[in-house]
Amino acid sequence: MSTPPSPLWEVFIRARRGLNHVHAGSLHAADAETALRNARDVFTRRNEGVSIWVVPSSEITASSPDERDAFFDPAGDKVYRHPTFYDVPEGVEHL
Amino acid sequence: MAQVYGNDFGTPDQQPGRPQMPPGPADLDPETFVELLADEDRVEPRDDMPAAYRKTLVRQIAQHAHSEIIGMQPEGNWISRAPSLKRKAILMAKVQDEAGHGLYLYSAAETLGVDRADLIDQLHSGRQKYSSIFNYPTLTWADVGAIGWLVDGAAITNQVPLCRCSYGPYSRAMVRVCKEESFHQRQGFEILWTLSHGSPAQRAMAQDAVDRYWWPSLMMFGPPDDDSPNSAQSMAWGIKRFSNDDLRQRFVDMTVPQSEALGLTLPDPEIRWNDERGHYDFGTIDFTELFEVVKGNGPCNAERMAHKVKAHEDGAWVREAAAAYAAKHAVAEGAA
Ligand SMILES: [Fe+2]
Ligand SMILES: [Fe+2]
Repeated sequence: MSTPPSPLWEVFIRARRGLNHVHAGSLHAADAETALRNARDVFTRRNEGVSIWVVPSSEITASSPDERDAFFDPAGDKVYRHPTFYDVPEGVEHL
Repeated sequence: MAQVYGNDFGTPDQQPGRPQMPPGPADLDPETFVELLADEDRVEPRDDMPAAYRKTLVRQIAQHAHSEIIGMQPEGNWISRAPSLKRKAILMAKVQDEAGHGLYLYSAAETLGVDRADLIDQLHSGRQKYSSIFNYPTLTWADVGAIGWLVDGAAITNQVPLCRCSYGPYSRAMVRVCKEESFHQRQGFEILWTLSHGSPAQRAMAQDAVDRYWWPSLMMFGPPDDDSPNSAQSMAWGIKRFSNDDLRQRFVDMTVPQSEALGLTLPDPEIRWNDERGHYDFGTIDFTELFEVVKGNGPCNAERMAHKVKAHEDGAWVREAAAAYAAKHAVAEGAA
């Protein structure tokens, strides 16, 4: 009794209007339609969402195998991208 | 060893689940892993991690998932006989939640590189276990109350600290689970409250359920600390945050006042407040019974597994039909 393994889907949920879809988890389903229905039953039993995306996990391209490597280094030494880098003279407001 | 849904351990004489070797010294662990733990940061699926950490997590999360799934059976037994439509709707919602918990946990396990189908296979062939608490029968409607109040209560006590577990996907699954669990415990308490304020027969039924479920619930926290050789490693890895005995004490401290509110007694004459310790004292747990149940000699072990395997096999045609439908449409789309 062997069924071919059903593909894995990543589930993204918009909790309410005005918010982004956020990754909620993953599940198995034979096709996209079933994945959506399963996602509704698994992740939104208490009105946790107003919209769901499902994406085949195999279609996701990720930045790097190690989430802490040099890929993000270029942003590391550019403190001048933050407002706190700048000196504001005493008494100057709304800046 | 971490306990989660209880008894993630074998009997004292056979401990098949234990890691074969004590995990190596820290210098064998990947550097990033050591740093992450030191910073109380989370480990994510693609981070380097020691093989023993991965193996411990897979076993613990799988066992936890299996427990959620098998745990549907004792209560599912009463869905068709719930005393009112309201109770029936509540019980169905609770049992459905448990299915959801199983699914969250299987997908958390899959992030560690294992396959859900394989884990289910290991459950069916007895190579992986589930919490022994679900090998006790639900003889009366009051048992549904006792399970919600005590079994879900003990599970919550175990699971809340797991929300801070070092492995990201597991901790996120636990956050979701814990949010859903609180209604489970309350509905159980409410069932017992209603019965304990009903007729003498209903009251007796509630007391009987509590008498039978109290000690098994305490055993859900696993063996005493002296007898839990892998706990220290799980604590060092940030998988486990509190020892078995600490969690058990926490549960007793919460539950005793609730039992007084219910007007039901807990079947342990040694329970009394200890001013010095600031905790309730309680009697010694007889773990020999638990080890028998873990070995497969509990009242319902065979029945639970037979039901699970049958449900899986009976559902095969649905999985096959879904796969065939998906394949047909994939071909049609390819041709279009
Ligand atoms: Fe649960
Ligand atoms: Fe529950």
